[in-house]
Amino acid sequence: MSSRVAGPYCAEELLACAIARLATDAGHIAVGAASPIPATAAYLLKAKNPRLRVSLLHKREANPFSEGSRELFDLAGQGRIDVFFLGGAQIDGEANINLVQAEGKRFPGSFGSAFMYPVIPRTILFREEHSRRVLVPKVEFISARGNPVALLTGKALFSWQKDRRRFRLESVHPGQTESGIRALTGFDYDVAPGCAETQAPSTDELDLIRTRVKPEIAANYPEFAARIWP
Amino acid sequence: MNLPSNQTAFHENAEKIAAQIPDGSLLGLPPDYSMPAMAVVHALIRRRAKGLRLLGVPVLGLSADLLIGAGCVAEVESSAVSLGEAGLAPRFTEAVEKKLIKIKDATCPAIHSGLQATEKGVPFMPLRGVIGSDLVALRSDWRVSENPFGAKYGEQDPILLVSAIQPDVALFHARWADEAGNVWIGRRKELATIAHASRRCFVTYEELRPGDMLADELLAPGVLSSVYVSGVARAERGAWPLSVAGLYGVDDAQMRRYANAARTREGFQGYLNEFPS
Repeated sequence: MSSRVAGPYCAEELLACAIARLATDAGHIAVGAASPIPATAAYLLKAKNPRLRVSLLHKREANPFSEGSRELFDLAGQGRIDVFFLGGAQIDGEANINLVQAEGKRFPGSFGSAFMYPVIPRTILFREEHSRRVLVPKVEFISARGNPVALLTGKALFSWQKDRRRFRLESVHPGQTESGIRALTGFDYDVAPGCAETQAPSTDELDLIRTRVKPEIAANYPEFAARIWP
Repeated sequence: MNLPSNQTAFHENAEKIAAQIPDGSLLGLPPDYSMPAMAVVHALIRRRAKGLRLLGVPVLGLSADLLIGAGCVAEVESSAVSLGEAGLAPRFTEAVEKKLIKIKDATCPAIHSGLQATEKGVPFMPLRGVIGSDLVALRSDWRVSENPFGAKYGEQDPILLVSAIQPDVALFHARWADEAGNVWIGRRKELATIAHASRRCFVTYEELRPGDMLADELLAPGVLSSVYVSGVARAERGAWPLSVAGLYGVDDAQMRRYANAARTREGFQGYLNEFPS
C-alpha cells in the first residue's frame, strides 16, 4: 500500500496531525516503543508549544529517564503524564485492547498497558490497520481496559463515549466513506451528526513537521523517516 | 533469608558463571535495551541448561528467544517477549503456540513492584490500574483487595496486590566491575532492582577498573554495590549483538539475521552453530 493520499501530504502526516489535535492541551506526552507516528504528533505539538514535555521511552540519545524502566510507570501512577498511546492486536467496541493472543496466534504480550490504560488521564488508541480482524466485537483476551480519548486508525477517527461505553465515528480520512468504514469495522458504533472528512494537515503543520519535527524523528526512527521524507 | 553478602567471586569467564546457574533456576533478566549478559546466555546453551524459568524485568527479547529455542526454558514470566524493531520473537512465539513452555503473562509495573517488595522484605506491594485486565484472573499471586485507608477516597477503592518476587539468580552485563567487586550499571536501575531482589547475582563486564568505584562521587550513583554481587566475569562485547550505552550500539544487521534465521527450527539451529562451542 502506498503511504500517499490525495494532496501534498502523506497518510502518516495526516495521522500525526489528527493525533496532535487530540492532545493540544497536554502538558506531558509520553510515547512508548515503536510509535513513530505518535512521536511525530508529540514533536509537532512541542514545535508549537516549547513548554510541552515529550518523553520518548526509547529515545536513543539523551533518553529522558534515569531511574530505569519503572520510572515511566511511577510518573504515570502519580499523574505526571497526561497523554499516552496504546494499540492492540485486537481492539473491541468497548475499547478493550488485546496484546496477548488471537485466533491461535501469540503476540508479544501486554507490556505496561494493563497499568497505563486506566491510570493515564488521556489515552489515545492508535492502530493503522483498520479491518474486521483488528476491530472486533469482543477481544479474545483483555490486556487492558480503560476510557480512551479516541481511537484513530489509518482510515477513520472515533471518539469514545464514556457514559454509553461506545465509540462514535467522528470523521473518515480522505478517500474513505461512512459505509466503507462500517464494512471494515467488526464492532457496532454511533455516528456523529456532523461526521465529515478528517481535517487535512495545514500548510503550517506540514511545514513544522518537515523542518522542526523531522530531525527528531529521524534520530530515533531512521527507517520511518527515510520512508516518509525521502 | 541467609543471603550471601560478603565477597564477590571473580570468575575466569562467562562459562564459569553459566556453571553456577543450576537447572530449574528462576532467572531474572533485563530487556534487550538494558544489557543482557549474552555471553552467559550462549554459555548456558552450550552447557545444555534445562528447565530454566525466565523472569523478564519487565520484558524480554533476544536472550529469552535464544534460551527458549535451545530448549533451556520451562517457563517464562514477562510483560512481553519481542525483538522490538526486528519483530516478533520467533522461538518464543512458536513455543507458546505449541504449548512447549508455560507462560505467566504480566504487566511491566507489576513485575517492578513484585521485585520492589522483595527489596524491602515485605510480602506484597499495591499497584494502581490493572483491575479490569484478564491478567488478574490468570495470576494466583495477584489479588484485588480493598484499600484499608479507603475512606479518604470514598467507600470503595479496590487495589491490586502483587506478591513479592525473588529470583534465584539475577544475570546481566555491565560496563565496569572494580577490584572491590562493585559493578557500574549507570542509569539502568532495573538492573539494581533485579540484583537487590535476587538470592544471587552474576554480572559480566566489559572492563575491570582498579580500586573501588564507591570512592568516586561521580561514578558512585551508577554503582551496584558488591553486597549484592555474587560473582563477576570479564566478557568483552558481552552484550553483543545488543548494546552498551556509550560504548557500542545494537548490531541491527545481526538482529535482522537472527530474526530471519529463527523463523524455523532449522534456521535457528544454523544460527547457533555459527557460535564457537
